[in-house]
Amino acid sequence: MTVSVYVPFVVTVVLAALAPRLAGRFAPRPAAWALAGGSLVTALGWLGSLALLAFTGLAQIPEVAREGRWSVTAVRADDPVYLTVSAIAAVTLLASLTGLAVSAARQVRHLLWARRECARLPGDLELAVLDDASPHAFALPGAPGRIVVSHGMLRCLGDAEREALLAHERAHLRARHHLFQTAWRLTAAVCPLLRPVAETGGFVLERWADEEAAARLGDRRVVARAVGRAALASAKAPERATLAATGGAVPQRVRALLAPPPPRRALPLVAGAALLAVSCASLAEAASDSEHMIDGAQFVACVTALRDTGTPVPPPPGHAPCGHPPRDHHGPGPHRH
Amino acid sequence: MRDRKIGESGETSGRRARGELESGVLAALWAASGPLTARQVQERLPGDLAYTTVLTILSRLHDKNTLVRHRAGRGHVYAPVRDEASDTAQRMHTLLERGSDREAVLTRFVSELSEQDEQLLYRLLGEHDGHPADEGP
Repeated sequence: MTVSVYVPFVVTVVLAALAPRLAGRFAPRPAAWALAGGSLVTALGWLGSLALLAFTGLAQIPEVAREGRWSVTAVRADDPVYLTVSAIAAVTLLASLTGLAVSAARQVRHLLWARRECARLPGDLELAVLDDASPHAFALPGAPGRIVVSHGMLRCLGDAEREALLAHERAHLRARHHLFQTAWRLTAAVCPLLRPVAETGGFVLERWADEEAAARLGDRRVVARAVGRAALASAKAPERATLAATGGAVPQRVRALLAPPPPRRALPLVAGAALLAVSCASLAEAASDSEHMIDGAQFVACVTALRDTGTPVPPPPGHAPCGHPPRDHHGPGPHRH
Repeated sequence: MRDRKIGESGETSGRRARGELESGVLAALWAASGPLTARQVQERLPGDLAYTTVLTILSRLHDKNTLVRHRAGRGHVYAPVRDEASDTAQRMHTLLERGSDREAVLTRFVSELSEQDEQLLYRLLGEHDGHPADEGP
């Protein structure tokens, strides 16, 4: 329980620090999958560790111990987690779960809104053109999703660039990129440290759609020009959108498209997977330690109770009324209730 | 992802391809400054689409009331139906310009540029186009 319970926190910090730096170097599709899987596992590890730490504090409350029939003294003697650490963990856990609930409700609301809006848009075609002179283009997820483009945007692009724009938005819809976004927003709500991962994820999805469009058109430079022209036209528009901009994203995308396609390298992804495996393993180890601790404390409580009632402590192993002292063996033992 | 390849049922990919062509035609008409003939639409679409294919798509879009058609000489000219979308356009415009957390579900084509990004972008595009990018329409 000592170190292993903190390993998932370390893994979270490592992921949050490395992901934004490394994600741009890989082919965007595997990168997006790795980021989504990584942040899900990390968020679960985060919750698990907090829960274990909070539980060790909870186990020291006499009322709880009486209910669970374990010895508070034994738990205190066994467990090196300070009560303050447990209390902080409990508060953080509560905050994480609240954040998750709020964020999940918001995500559901937004996705339902998008779905309704998809149905409300004129026509039943894949493309809905807005009669709006300012340049806008986006994919609206729904059943089926729609590509929404203003005529202002269409007019600032050339023929091939127009196709690039459509292919880009189509890629978002086909690969269900909104689900990736949802996963990242939920994990960032659970653990604010994962916010940079969510931001990087958004960028990687744009790159993914860019690469898809480039493959579709067979011309990377056309896609680069489409992205660049659209961005410049949006910047020139009199009313600038006041959205949370991911600064510098567009030039990075254009530069990536003007360069040869990113290589598919497996090694860093394998390293990431190993890191997550470490996180899971130490969480399992911490959980198993915690279980042993409780088993041990239950044994102590049982033995004490028997001694108090005058019954001799049972020496023969196997059929003792209190079972084995569980500290005798380590690893995932058969001690489950 | 590569939907046109084998592995997909022919019907699905056929329907998808048709949907994509419809989007391309509609986008081409909206991008134009005036009504277009079928021949002009064909010229603005990538690949070598057959003239008859373009005609078929145009008439299908016309049937769906997405396009208006006028006689011009021996053929027709086509233009997108404009007023129908205005209510939606207004709603979306408000949403996008005012900024709302609903925006989170939209995956926008481009994000905002900083002043430096703008300069950088001109340089990137300029270098690779061989002509300044800002001369675009």
